[in-house]
Amino acid sequence: MADLEQEVLARIERQRRLKPRFRDERITMAHGAGMKATHTLVAGLFEPSFSNEALADLSDAAKLEIAGAALAFTTDAFVVKPLVFPGGSIGELAVNGTVNDLAVSGARPIALSAAFVLEEGLDADVLRAEVGAMATAAEFAGVRIVAGDTKVVERGKADGMYISTAGIGVRDPRVDLAATSIRPGDRILCSGTIGDHGTAVMLARGELELDADIDSDSAPVWNLAESLIDRVAPSLRMMRDPTRGGVATVLNELAQDADVGIVLQEDAVPLQPAVKGACEILGIDPMYVANEGKLVAVVAPEAADDALTALRSQPGGEQAALIGEVADEPQGMVLVRTGFGGTRIMDMLIGDPLPRIC
Amino acid sequence: MKFVDEFRDGDLARSLATQIAALAEPGRHYKVMEVCGGHTHTIYKHGIEDHLPETVELVHGPGCPVCVIPMGRVDDAIALAKLPDVIFTCFGDMMRVPGGDGSLIDAKAEGADVRFVYSPLDALKIARKNPDKQVIFLAIGFETTAPSTALTLMRAKAEGLENFSVMCNHVTIVPPLKALLESPDLRLDAFIGPGHVSTVVGCRPYEFIPAQYGQPVVVAGFEPLDLLQSIYMIMKQLGEGRAEVENQYGRVVPWEGNMRALDVLDEVFELRPFFEWRGLGFISQSALKLSDAYADFDAELRFDVPGVRVADPKACQCGEVLKGVIKPWECKVFGTACTPETPIGTCMVSSEGACAAYYNFGRFARSKARTGS
Repeated sequence: MADLEQEVLARIERQRRLKPRFRDERITMAHGAGMKATHTLVAGLFEPSFSNEALADLSDAAKLEIAGAALAFTTDAFVVKPLVFPGGSIGELAVNGTVNDLAVSGARPIALSAAFVLEEGLDADVLRAEVGAMATAAEFAGVRIVAGDTKVVERGKADGMYISTAGIGVRDPRVDLAATSIRPGDRILCSGTIGDHGTAVMLARGELELDADIDSDSAPVWNLAESLIDRVAPSLRMMRDPTRGGVATVLNELAQDADVGIVLQEDAVPLQPAVKGACEILGIDPMYVANEGKLVAVVAPEAADDALTALRSQPGGEQAALIGEVADEPQGMVLVRTGFGGTRIMDMLIGDPLPRIC
Repeated sequence: MKFVDEFRDGDLARSLATQIAALAEPGRHYKVMEVCGGHTHTIYKHGIEDHLPETVELVHGPGCPVCVIPMGRVDDAIALAKLPDVIFTCFGDMMRVPGGDGSLIDAKAEGADVRFVYSPLDALKIARKNPDKQVIFLAIGFETTAPSTALTLMRAKAEGLENFSVMCNHVTIVPPLKALLESPDLRLDAFIGPGHVSTVVGCRPYEFIPAQYGQPVVVAGFEPLDLLQSIYMIMKQLGEGRAEVENQYGRVVPWEGNMRALDVLDEVFELRPFFEWRGLGFISQSALKLSDAYADFDAELRFDVPGVRVADPKACQCGEVLKGVIKPWECKVFGTACTPETPIGTCMVSSEGACAAYYNFGRFARSKARTGS
């Protein structure tokens, strides 16, 4: 019996390791949720179609060498509803999201482009406010918005406005971040409380009749990334920003890319009581909920304490914590040690977490 | 967090685990079925099996309301959702359940207006806001969720809301338990009774289980300590040779149930002569439909429903998994053709389904436990 179970489990593991093939007949909302369906779309269609070295590691930003300069380049699109939510807005996100993809790639963000898709009838003051928010966020993050484009679509074809930004940064020569450098024994840090952004937006939609004082954590994380580089550069293996899909998805990607196991200590993960409560009521695991001002870092064990000190000394990093460590198995998987004293697998979800009925 | 953390205390868990282990007689194997999908979810989420001796086995029963909906009903729901000028509403985890041809989430991608709601009252709100549309609510669940559907219908009737209707798939807890207990291949020692259902129906309806089948039932809450305590109570009954219905979830479940809720159910619903359960087949008097007084709100009467019957896929062994005859991983298609991404059987769809829960949470923990490392 036990042998058969082992065999079945091994078969599943082989299946999981196969390169995903994109075979869906239609795009559903799951393809945009940043989880398994997105992963299948990207790795099964985009990556093989555009196939090149810079794209291949499917990281937060591509590493480019141009005329001797080590650059990072990335792009992101923003379709958040509502446009404004506690703690942020679409304009601020459009800057911070792209800045953070560069920052966690170890690159100082330099310049952004911005493309606007505006809906016919959009109140000009709404646009003014968002452009203002972008200017403020760009100044705060130390980047310039140097190029742009504007398109208008008919009423009903967009939720007010969509923004897409691309960004370029200069990679810090002290680090060469790669998932493949992750080793068993490495420690995992999270720069602060998780799930704030996703929960704030969910509640701001007003469909849940649930009120709580939760602000989005939208913020640039370059100061956090730079503090780690300054303090523990040679021991810094990898950084990611846990946006859509949350910390759970990012850790799964790291475990798969590095072919290691990740063991997470559930009660070490920083979580605001209000977010914990809201997620508990909605039946959603905060590990899968989006963040917009956090980073997850993997460092060599001997550098863990210094890395924690570095993060905690920074604004936005005060609640940083050591949340887990890298193990040699289960390869490609994330294991959670629950506060209750048990263990469970934390797999990637297929699409947005759907609330359970009871 | 208050009222949550107290029920998840690791030290208390270890102490209960020791007591459970002490009650397990050497050489005896215990099979305990948790009937409710909510329990299955808790068991995996918190890793409760890690606290149990290897000889105490938990069998995941048929109490996931999403999992027991047959494919034909899903196809009927999709047909309703695709009607012009219809807004189709349902609970979130119903969206990905596969019918014979796709799921509601696929129907949404094809243009149907499908929205998920947290409560049937939200569907009612959508109906008020969209008087030119027909709003249909896909009602599912045991006696747990049925009262909220009933109250919603009473309100709709009082308001004279003409653009609201319900496709009723409510099921009742006792008939499938009877069907399970009657099936010859079933080998169980005791039941963990469903907590939320029992807040409505009370504990009395389970009395036939100890009386006729000689097996203990302990109605349990949904926090991890609730479950460990109920397993302890079951082990104690088994050890003392008792078989009774006991209530571990006394802080929520009254012995007699909720009379008002039961009255409301009586007014709004009546028993269907029979209903198809995924994997278990047709079970008589096991589901509810709208009573004559509410027939105007019955989506199956208001619209033309194809009434599709789709046989369960041959390879799928959901029925045997639901009955606890086989473990999820013993199913021929588990983890290969049937995965959370491409579920064949409904046990793989909802996170409460026995297969999905095992696939997502349980695999490694169990395999490690088995190899003793």
